[in-house]
Amino acid sequence: MLGEGIIQGMAETARNFVGSYVTKDRLTTVQYPEERLPQKEAARNFPFLVYDGNDPHAGLRCVACQICEKECPPQCIYITKSKDKKPDYIGKTQLYPAVFDIDTSVCMSCQICVEVCPFEAIKMDTEFELSTADRFGDLLQRKEQLAKPNEYYHQIHPTEASEVDARLAAEKAKAEAKAKADAEAKAKSAAEAKAKAAAAHLTAQPASAPAMPK
Amino acid sequence: MVETIDQIFVTVKHLLVGIVPVQCQRIVSASISAVGIIIFFASLFAITTVLERKGLGRIQNRYGPNRVGPFGLLQPLADGLKALIKEDIVPRAADKVVHFLAPLVLVAPVFLALAVVPLGRNMVAVDIDAGVLFFFAVGAATELSVFMAGWSSRNKYSLLGAMRAIGQMISYEVPLILSAVTVIMMAGSLSTVRIVEAQAGYSAGLPHWFVLTPWGLAGFILFMIAATAESNRSPFDLPEGESEIIAGYYIEYSGFKFALFFLGEYIGIFAVSGLAITLFLGGWHAPFSFLTWVPSYIWFFTKLLVLIAGFIWVRGTLPRLRMDQLMNFAWKFMLPMALINILTAGVWHFMPHGFARWIVCSLLVLGPYVTLGSVLMVNQKLGKRTYRYAD
Repeated sequence: MLGEGIIQGMAETARNFVGSYVTKDRLTTVQYPEERLPQKEAARNFPFLVYDGNDPHAGLRCVACQICEKECPPQCIYITKSKDKKPDYIGKTQLYPAVFDIDTSVCMSCQICVEVCPFEAIKMDTEFELSTADRFGDLLQRKEQLAKPNEYYHQIHPTEASEVDARLAAEKAKAEAKAKADAEAKAKSAAEAKAKAAAAHLTAQPASAPAMPK
Repeated sequence: MVETIDQIFVTVKHLLVGIVPVQCQRIVSASISAVGIIIFFASLFAITTVLERKGLGRIQNRYGPNRVGPFGLLQPLADGLKALIKEDIVPRAADKVVHFLAPLVLVAPVFLALAVVPLGRNMVAVDIDAGVLFFFAVGAATELSVFMAGWSSRNKYSLLGAMRAIGQMISYEVPLILSAVTVIMMAGSLSTVRIVEAQAGYSAGLPHWFVLTPWGLAGFILFMIAATAESNRSPFDLPEGESEIIAGYYIEYSGFKFALFFLGEYIGIFAVSGLAITLFLGGWHAPFSFLTWVPSYIWFFTKLLVLIAGFIWVRGTLPRLRMDQLMNFAWKFMLPMALINILTAGVWHFMPHGFARWIVCSLLVLGPYVTLGSVLMVNQKLGKRTYRYAD
């Protein structure tokens, strides 16, 4: 009969209207500033710099190799190399960035800088509330704002951060083992050389005598 | 005491009018009524916008606006401020004078229409003998405004919207007035105050409202459908048609002119709901004899809110009609039903009181409804759309 569908529809909307006051599950709205959904682990937006330990300067993993600067498609990274050097996480002395700026208004969140970084120094952040009153100054992030501790990285991307830590630890162990082996080898060869030299000294003593007049 | 509260606005007005000299009493009296109506209905408009948005939200399982003030109730304030401080853009090619006048031409008649609606006992701004006629006459002026807006904007979507509005409003004006004619026949008067008086009294606790008769119920439903179409509300919002012609005739309006259109539309709804209350729902009369101590204007206001809630409910439920469905519905269903309803009202008037006239009149209304409905459904003019190729 004419109008049946209308009655059915009206009943449906009435059910929705009343139901939204009775069952909370019906309301799927997340009231954002007060309520938040947990971030997905793979979430990313802008890059940040990781540092180990407590000192952002001493622990900064970045060695100012400028690969990310060159690879960045929209060219939002600006790096100046330091004049002096500081030890990196392995203990090797390396350069460090005197200036490291990322213009977040230019960044397109492509993650290429993260892909190319050989030092696990630059990672993607999940911080998205970046609104500022000054679109030029405040969106250009300096080294001080970009440097964030490794603990923070663990907090936002736990799986990835653990992998990175394991890799770095393995590298460090390898480097240490190599250094140790090198040192041992060096010591050994030095000792050998010393022994050799001593032996040579002993044996060569007479032979050298004829050369003396020359 | 009850009498005093009921007549408080009337008494205050008489006191105020008594202060001024006799020569200007009439104009002061009219001005006080006008100011009262404008302030009351403009604030009701503000409340309705936020309630509508919240109601629609709940119908769609959302919260609706809840940020400005407690429960978002100050939202209209923020909306009004926004509309006021927005840039007022007039298209370069627009007819500037007409473009400027259109919103005013919309707002003025809808407020004028409210002047003849009795808001309570002795609370009518002007009691003219041809009140209902006056209402429909000024109500028709909104069509002029809509076309002025659409034409002067020099925008094809505007013009399309205006054309649709004209087609729709003229088509639905006919059943609107014809369904009101039954009440005028039965009350024997065009005066809104007389019509309300004709619905006074109670038998067995129930009021003598016209809606509680077969022809009155049918008339009321027809009237409300036609009123929805007249006020361009969903499901008859083709003139606006956000998804088709962006906003129809007020596409080129911004800032406060847009707000005025919005205001005009809502005041139009209040006015036509007020007339529906006057004609069918017993005006300011209480629904039960034991509730007559509640002030009359509260009853009018409650009925108005119920009708507005109905409008919101319908808007939240029904999708927009197609143009051919709209026209078929007006001319092939609404018009015959309204004419049959007039006949039914005549039969009701001339049959002796009793059970028999209830049965005869109910059949007279229901029979055509079922036959007309099924015939139109079968002929696929109103029913579900079927596709010849795509399915």
